[in-house]
Amino acid sequence: MNQWKNFSKGLLRENAVFVMFLGLCPTLGVTTSAVNGLGMGLATTFVLLMSNFVVSLIKNQIPDKVRIPAFIVIIATFVTVVEMVMKAYLPALFDALGLFIPLIVVNCLVLGRAEAFASKNNIISSIVDGLGLGIGFALALTSLGAVREILGSGAIFGLSFIRGDGMLLFILPPGAFIALGYLIVIANKLKEKTA
Amino acid sequence: MAKKESNFTSMLTTLSIVALMAAGLLGSVYALTKEPIRLAELRKKNEAIEAVVPEFNNTPSEDFKKLGIDGDSVTLYSVKVDGKEIATAVETFTNNGFSGEFKLMVGFDTTGAIIDVAVVSHAETPGLGDKMEQAKSDFHVQFMGKHPDEFRLRVAKDRGDVDAITASTISSRAYCEAVQRAYDAYMESKKN
Repeated sequence: MNQWKNFSKGLLRENAVFVMFLGLCPTLGVTTSAVNGLGMGLATTFVLLMSNFVVSLIKNQIPDKVRIPAFIVIIATFVTVVEMVMKAYLPALFDALGLFIPLIVVNCLVLGRAEAFASKNNIISSIVDGLGLGIGFALALTSLGAVREILGSGAIFGLSFIRGDGMLLFILPPGAFIALGYLIVIANKLKEKTA
Repeated sequence: MAKKESNFTSMLTTLSIVALMAAGLLGSVYALTKEPIRLAELRKKNEAIEAVVPEFNNTPSEDFKKLGIDGDSVTLYSVKVDGKEIATAVETFTNNGFSGEFKLMVGFDTTGAIIDVAVVSHAETPGLGDKMEQAKSDFHVQFMGKHPDEFRLRVAKDRGDVDAITASTISSRAYCEAVQRAYDAYMESKKN
């Protein structure tokens, strides 16, 4: 398989958020700022990468009937590793993301890739797949976070460029849905062009 | 390599091995991060204490007592210069923030007047309720030097003396409630 194609499909063509609509709960929940979106995206990328790697490494040792519990244990382990490391070295980010870090365990994207890709493909392809989809997810979250931060608080990556308040609606939950809707339109337009 | 068959023994052993390896990995990461996590939490606490009291030379994070109040507890840190108490930093909480619980550190001088208030941790809306952070707005300034006996710790809408953060009345109310709780705990501790 062409590894570049395998990697780049996650960025746009099969983007987790804009095309497959997977993992929308953290997408809508944490993207009140670009930094939060990026932090969540990178944490998920790490989990996705490691779980894809381990699942494809041991895929032949796992009896079919217990594969889902085995995958979930593997995913939960890496999520807990991320949680502890973030608490130790990035406490401010951990406070901002809070409950959404443990919830990576139930992100459909991670289990979906373990089940649909890593358990059927070799190690290299699985790593590349995890990396591509993870970075695509991080890009989607960061862009949604950036749009909401620019419109909602008049700042980008914490740097304020207006005095006073922005359009507060975009910081609140409805703004997440509105901004995501428009980003999906743009992503689909881009996809049409490249296809 | 052929796929393993699903029978009772293979399923049992595979799941056990996966669980054991997961436990081993988690155990070692826990051991590695235990100390950094403790230090990070301690640093955050010390920064909050330093933000709300004048200079001191003892270690308040080791000189504290807990006081049960409203079904939970607040922590009172004793701040001293050369062994003489000059202020008390109270770590207080509220459960009525816009996103639930948040924690404040309130400094009181020996007369019970507020020196300053700092946010320890919160999950309030960025751009709205997070203006209660010292770095983001001057909301905390109106509390400085006020004595809760003559300064009504309620927002103006509730006939108090506090100017709420624009569009964040709920966060402001919860903030006042937490400061009031800190004051109550402080007075309680003075009684004993």
